[in-house]
Amino acid sequence: MKKPIIQVNNLTAKYGEKVVLSDISVDIYPEEITVILGPSGCGKSTFLKNILRLNQPAEGSVNVFGDNITIMEEDEYEKVLRKIGVLFQNGALLNSIDIFENLSIPLEQHTSLPSELMEKIIRIKLELVNLSHAINLKPSELSGGMRKRAALARAIVLDPEILFCDEPSAGLDPLTSAALDELILNLKNQLKMTVIIVTHELASIHRIADKIIFLDQGKMLFYGTVDEAKNSGIEEIVEFFRVGSF
Amino acid sequence: MARHRSTSEIINFDEGVIKPIGLLNKATVPQLWMSFKAVSGLTNYKHIDLSEVHSVDSAGVVFIEEVASELIKSNSLLAEKSFDDVIVNGSDEVLNSIKIFSQRDLPERPKRVRTGYFERLGESFLLGKSGVIEILTLSSEVFYWSIAALWKKKGARKGSLIQQAGLIGVDSVPIIFLLSFIIGLILSLQSAVQLRLFGADIFVADLITVSMLREMGPMMTAIIVAGRSGSSIASEIATMKVTEELDALKMMAINPIRYVVVPKFHAITFCMPLLVTISIIVGIFGGIIVAVSYLGISPSAFYGQMVKALSMKDLLITLLKSTIFAWAIVIIGSFYGFRVEGGAEGVGKATTLSVVASIFAVIVIDVIFSLIYIA
Repeated sequence: MKKPIIQVNNLTAKYGEKVVLSDISVDIYPEEITVILGPSGCGKSTFLKNILRLNQPAEGSVNVFGDNITIMEEDEYEKVLRKIGVLFQNGALLNSIDIFENLSIPLEQHTSLPSELMEKIIRIKLELVNLSHAINLKPSELSGGMRKRAALARAIVLDPEILFCDEPSAGLDPLTSAALDELILNLKNQLKMTVIIVTHELASIHRIADKIIFLDQGKMLFYGTVDEAKNSGIEEIVEFFRVGSF
Repeated sequence: MARHRSTSEIINFDEGVIKPIGLLNKATVPQLWMSFKAVSGLTNYKHIDLSEVHSVDSAGVVFIEEVASELIKSNSLLAEKSFDDVIVNGSDEVLNSIKIFSQRDLPERPKRVRTGYFERLGESFLLGKSGVIEILTLSSEVFYWSIAALWKKKGARKGSLIQQAGLIGVDSVPIIFLLSFIIGLILSLQSAVQLRLFGADIFVADLITVSMLREMGPMMTAIIVAGRSGSSIASEIATMKVTEELDALKMMAINPIRYVVVPKFHAITFCMPLLVTISIIVGIFGGIIVAVSYLGISPSAFYGQMVKALSMKDLLITLLKSTIFAWAIVIIGSFYGFRVEGGAEGVGKATTLSVVASIFAVIVIDVIFSLIYIA
């Protein structure tokens, strides 16, 4: 039995006095794709932000690679971050620089690779997301879907051990979305990457999810495989898989 | 056969074979690359043996393929060979990673398009020309809608005029009050020292009154309003444009100029003369304090001299001037807001440009009014 790569223990998150997530505990295992599901406003993004320590949990702890990151010193936390890639909902590319420079930032800051190899790595990562032609363009010159793919290329440029994606398929056409799923599967299967995704796309969930975490009104209703979810008898989950949306 | 041992002990160059050992990743590749670059006589090597490589990441794959490429290039015997012939003994896991991150089918990197100096000069000229046309069109629309809005109440949010008057006018009062008072003090102090030399102490009242009324009051107020409200107008409209809020207004059949700009235009037209009046009064008050405490002039003497220096013509021209300043600030802020391109970066640029252009416009308008005063 593998050890969990992320352990969320009794996590409670609040915005002011408002409780957004309540007492969530879950173990996420390496080399699995875990999909976080739930209706709008159920706390999916907050859950992701708490796992990443972008928000500090009100109660509970989050262990990543076995260490509690909620109480970790800043330099230790930075070491953990180097093994993590994050694709934000809106891409979050730096608008003042071109795509090549956006991807070169993590490589320049966290490796001592020579520039000729660095350039090759960046071009490979852009080719993986089918964006080689956009290497010299600025984010403002790309469509929403292209920005999302460029942001994914930046998230995987350091070959992270854990990849977090906040709605990666939103705004993408079905073909690009399927290609993205294929890439995520490859990253998992070939490179043993652990992937945690927030998505509502049913087709995508069926293609890639090993496990799903179902959140509703700040509580975790279910954690398990897609088949288990369908047969869970939990009304909200069964309804989601029947209708395909919330 | 040449034999090299790398300093890292994680690569062997032996028997015509380059044999990396262990992990090939972004941490180990920089040193491996240096070791490889230091090797002479690449013609002796025919293979890269991956039998002792446990795992590779994208940096490792790039390293392997770069080495393979160098071997093929430098060894005529390998000229007809492919990467697959040169890279040998890789485990399935390693070969899969190579397959994912291979650079073999990478398209050529597109060339950066560089524009020449004269091309850029021409572009700036055309941009400037279209800018002049745009700002004139915008001005005419703003004036049209601001007059039309006096009769047609639809198309604006209820209470927006009061809200804007608060933001542009009321919120500016403390900073204008403070700066005008300090300027009055400084102006009075500096002139008092000089006037005392000639025994013309009393004329400090004339100097302060005329300079605050004609120049310092309206100018300082305009610069503060350009910095506070002009930038806020530009950034608000620019943000609305990049987030498609302006398009949303248009799709709801609401004119964005009427809805967004006109309330600001009305508010600033109403508030600016009041702010300038406050600035003049407070500046003169600062002057009185110096005159009384430093020069020993009585307040009544200062008042008498001040009244003599005041003229209705100056006051009217100042109020007209301050209104023109206000219009320039709103129109320039809106112009840069509507003209924004790109995302957050564009908003920042639009804001900066609007402040610089507003202050420049204020100074140019001031020069024109100075000529009117003289005439």
